[in-house]
Amino acid sequence: MLRPPEPPRPPVIAIVDYRAGNLTSVRLALDELGRESVITSDPTAIAAAERVIFPGVGAAGAAMRNLAELGLIEPLRRAVAGGRPFLGICLGMQILFDRSEEDGGVATLGLLPGRVARFRPNDPRDKIPHMGWNRVRFVRPHPVFEEMPAEGFFYFVHSYYAAPARAEHTLGVSDYAGGEFCAIAGAGNVIATQFHIEKSGPLGLRMLDAFARWDGRAAPAGARPC
Amino acid sequence: MLTRRIIPCLDVIRGRVTKGVRFQNNVDLGDPVEIARRYYEDGCDELVVYDITASAERRATDLEMVARVARAVRIPFAVGGGISSVADMARALAAGAEKVSVNSLAVQRPEVIAEGARAFGSQCVVLGMDPVSTADRARCPSGYEITVRGFRERTGLDAVAWARRAVELGAGEIVVNSVDADGTRQGFELTITRAIAEAVPVPVVASGGAGCARHLRDAFIEGRADAAIVAGILHTGVTTIPALKAELAAMGIPVRT
Repeated sequence: MLRPPEPPRPPVIAIVDYRAGNLTSVRLALDELGRESVITSDPTAIAAAERVIFPGVGAAGAAMRNLAELGLIEPLRRAVAGGRPFLGICLGMQILFDRSEEDGGVATLGLLPGRVARFRPNDPRDKIPHMGWNRVRFVRPHPVFEEMPAEGFFYFVHSYYAAPARAEHTLGVSDYAGGEFCAIAGAGNVIATQFHIEKSGPLGLRMLDAFARWDGRAAPAGARPC
Repeated sequence: MLTRRIIPCLDVIRGRVTKGVRFQNNVDLGDPVEIARRYYEDGCDELVVYDITASAERRATDLEMVARVARAVRIPFAVGGGISSVADMARALAAGAEKVSVNSLAVQRPEVIAEGARAFGSQCVVLGMDPVSTADRARCPSGYEITVRGFRERTGLDAVAWARRAVELGAGEIVVNSVDADGTRQGFELTITRAIAEAVPVPVVASGGAGCARHLRDAFIEGRADAAIVAGILHTGVTTIPALKAELAAMGIPVRT
């Protein structure tokens, strides 16, 4: 079914506040890029924003309860369905999927098909959480990193990782605890990073800048299908 | 592959970065924001900012300084000093810190670790500890005893037992700052670093004694540390972050370049 085009919105980026961690660094990174942002848990402000950043640290169960209590689940679904550029970060990436095994199993937003599993390292020297800078390889072209080198280091802090059900939703990968995991997922107007793009130095800032300029279409104009 | 982190530490007294040996003879090294920015541009992986006189002066962390550092860098940093409650943690995180570090006050009141982990997640709560070697193996089977208040007071706590307890309470990372090695530039205290790294499932940061890249390599390999704190040799220009990383890479240590 065809949707009527959405009205133009002022160039404000809504940073969704659902009591799931520190949002200051996301706002400071956008400040440095000269992009106006608002930290908000107000569905009206989220609906009015040109694009949405969905960050988050902490546990999936508590995050889903907070989203429900704050009445944010439907506004987030509408933001994604409306085609606006949408960026999930860390826990904000994980809960876009169907289900997380955290907290004994939690049904999450189901905006991307797949599940979230815990790292199970065989070597006790692989500490949990996976904390620090790890190499990410971009495995599928995307406007948000089309001007980036093929790989780079980004800052991670997490104990769980997303496993997209569809291979084409994995846009970038990294390695930890004896295997490869999805570091960047995306489909349509949604892109999500397991790493903290806002704390990943100049490279993260470049990627955030590209997100802030992205029109929400997955394939760059004239790009070859992959 | 996950890289080993190099973390410059800024000890701040009355708004200025200082460096002393065993908290004595402190020298003024400059403005924390300028120094943080310089290390960030040099490619450090993270920063630690200690408001080292906050606890002794019974005041909260200098949040204005924390906020200025947060504006200056796009990497994670931890804040320590003057953190004694969840409310203190909330203010430091809201000012832009990624993590808060508790030390003496957690020895006094260990529940602060659990409260912080519940409120913000374990990844935000760092336990800093200042172990000193001891011959009293009856009280401290690891051979290392926790000190507090800038090394001035012994606690009778065994360092490894305290690390385990802190992780059970919810600490997401442990900074092992050796009293014996601090400020000496003779290398990290590898025995206690390794004992703790092997005793807990969370990342461990070696601290105290960095004099050259070889010392960092030893902390990562022999000490099993996930990260290392460097202070004096950077502050006084003996070496730089790019130089340390180049030497470590040549020794086969994965570093972020």
